[in-house]
Amino acid sequence: MAAQTLFEKIWNDHVVRAESDGTTLLYIDRHLVHEVTSPQAFEGLTVAGRSPRRPGAALAVPDHNVPTTDRRVAIADPISAKQIQTLEDNCRAFGITFFGMNDIRQGVVHVIGPEQGFTLPGMTIVCGDSHTSTHGAFGALAFGIGTSEVEHVLATQCLVQKRPKTMEVRVDGQLSPRCSAKDVILAIIGKIGTAGGTGYVIEYTGSAIRALSMEGRMTLCNMSIEGGARAGMVAPDDTTFTYLKGRPMAPKGALWDQAVAAWRQLSTDPGAKYDAVVELRAETIAPQVTWGTSPGMVTGVDGTVPDPRTMGDEKLRHATERAIEYMALKPGMPIRDIKIDKVFIGSCTNSRIEDLRLAASFAKGKKVAGSVHAMVVPGSGLVKQQAEQEGLDRIFKESGFEWREAGCSMCLAMNADVLQPGERCASTSNRNFEGRQGAGGRTHLVSPAMAVAAAIEGHFVDIRQWS
Amino acid sequence: MDAFTTLTGLVAPLDRLNVDTDQIIPKQFLKTIKRTGLREGLFYDWRRRKDGSQDPAFFLNQPRYQQASILLTRDNFGCGSSREHAPWALLDQGFRCVLAPSFADIFYNNCFQNGILPVVLKGSDIQALFDGVATHDGYRLTVDLAAQQVTTPEGTAYHFEIDPFRKDCLYRGLDAIGLTLQHAPQIGEYEHRRRTQAPWLFQDVK
Repeated sequence: MAAQTLFEKIWNDHVVRAESDGTTLLYIDRHLVHEVTSPQAFEGLTVAGRSPRRPGAALAVPDHNVPTTDRRVAIADPISAKQIQTLEDNCRAFGITFFGMNDIRQGVVHVIGPEQGFTLPGMTIVCGDSHTSTHGAFGALAFGIGTSEVEHVLATQCLVQKRPKTMEVRVDGQLSPRCSAKDVILAIIGKIGTAGGTGYVIEYTGSAIRALSMEGRMTLCNMSIEGGARAGMVAPDDTTFTYLKGRPMAPKGALWDQAVAAWRQLSTDPGAKYDAVVELRAETIAPQVTWGTSPGMVTGVDGTVPDPRTMGDEKLRHATERAIEYMALKPGMPIRDIKIDKVFIGSCTNSRIEDLRLAASFAKGKKVAGSVHAMVVPGSGLVKQQAEQEGLDRIFKESGFEWREAGCSMCLAMNADVLQPGERCASTSNRNFEGRQGAGGRTHLVSPAMAVAAAIEGHFVDIRQWS
Repeated sequence: MDAFTTLTGLVAPLDRLNVDTDQIIPKQFLKTIKRTGLREGLFYDWRRRKDGSQDPAFFLNQPRYQQASILLTRDNFGCGSSREHAPWALLDQGFRCVLAPSFADIFYNNCFQNGILPVVLKGSDIQALFDGVATHDGYRLTVDLAAQQVTTPEGTAYHFEIDPFRKDCLYRGLDAIGLTLQHAPQIGEYEHRRRTQAPWLFQDVK
């Protein structure tokens, strides 16, 4: 058999039927469901008199709308409350497992899938959410879909797909101390652009990727979509298997051994060809900070806000001018001179236990600047519990950070956690679009370490030199 | 889903790169449990000035574009979140076709699920259409899906590529789920075979 990439192996394993023009009916192993993109899909099933083909392949959780404050109090926003109740009602009616708001297992959908062992190597995984790419960290083919396709998967356990192209993003070498997966993915997006991965599935390879923990690999794959790629993946290895072993929904006993033996075959064969290859050296990656309103508008913390006047392309120049104006910055301004009002540590990008441990290690014994409001939102109830057992919550609170309940929170500000117009936030989330964290709000995407340092100093600092 | 055959309609220009779905429809409109009535949220923030009043400079607030059914825009339209509320809001406003040099994958796919035709044309052709809109009031285009052609009032025709399966589904307004369900026996055979090879994939979530 010809040499195959990791992607091709998983794709080929899931082809139910393929037409001569390449249109493929692809089998979907796992389906994550949340409250925002599912109600119309369940309604569609009901209207058509259809039922889920495999309700046991799905897992549902409310995350986008949930408050991160005291859960014993009813949700203040009746529309949010209704959307969450609708999810619960639909799951009960259709026999889908549901983690409610007061279940310790509740959390951001892309945190709980891996945490529960719901996400496994070699699977196809979908969710009505673009950050489903996160699950590719386990060597799964995972991608976001719209609500019509949520309905399609519920009804048929399949999706009609055309095979995407493959891109290898190879990062070799050793990251600078205190640089992390977040800096790697932001640097990749800076290099390929926000549409650079459109039409591709990315496989991340190289020694710097191999050295990442599962949390780091999830951060990396999570933001594949910000580079335009619907899916990103990392071949599974012992790091993956160690993370998964013993998780509640992972296979056990002889089935575990059988699964691991199969998963060990899931790597790109020597000589297999990708449609495109991009290479970076890990040593060249500085801590990254976005300055604009698109994740590709990013630079190292030692850099400056670009000057649109130096840009030849008229459309790019206009987009840059508009972004600098929206962000209330000046061309040529050093990134380190940007002062911030808020800090958000959380989201499906950076809210796992390793992120919180790292953030706490930088916060310990220091105080959040008087001009800054800072909050930490764990990715799940279980992450929160683990952090509290390790005393991380006390470190954060003593430093002046708020310690919240699990949810998407200020990543997209669908709940009450919102930036006010003009407020500037250092955020560990994934999107810096205009108004993303609140109408008129200004977002700078950074790693957890960079976010903590910014909270304490009141402006961005180079974490590599920060004491 | 409504079929898309031929559309002759007014063109509205949105001259911005990388328009993300947060701009097409912001978060506060995603709390609905319905697909309809999302017109109010379309480009909500861009339609307004800082004081909350309507911005007359924004294209959707201009009387000349009120009846537009074709949206003309720039590269990477629809990037960001997978929210299908974006095509639902465009549809609710009356848009049945979007012309751009490139689209983000998920948005592009979501359009086809809702009877909207996303057309990819070369950047230089898109620029020519922007010039056409800027210099003519009431600029209309004809989009012919069967012929895969966009025709200007002056008679210039631009050919576009489209996947044959997507084209057929859109042209006939087919129910995608119904089509897949015709293959239910084959899906069952796949599951049976796969269950033997990889039984851990079939453990029910509990």
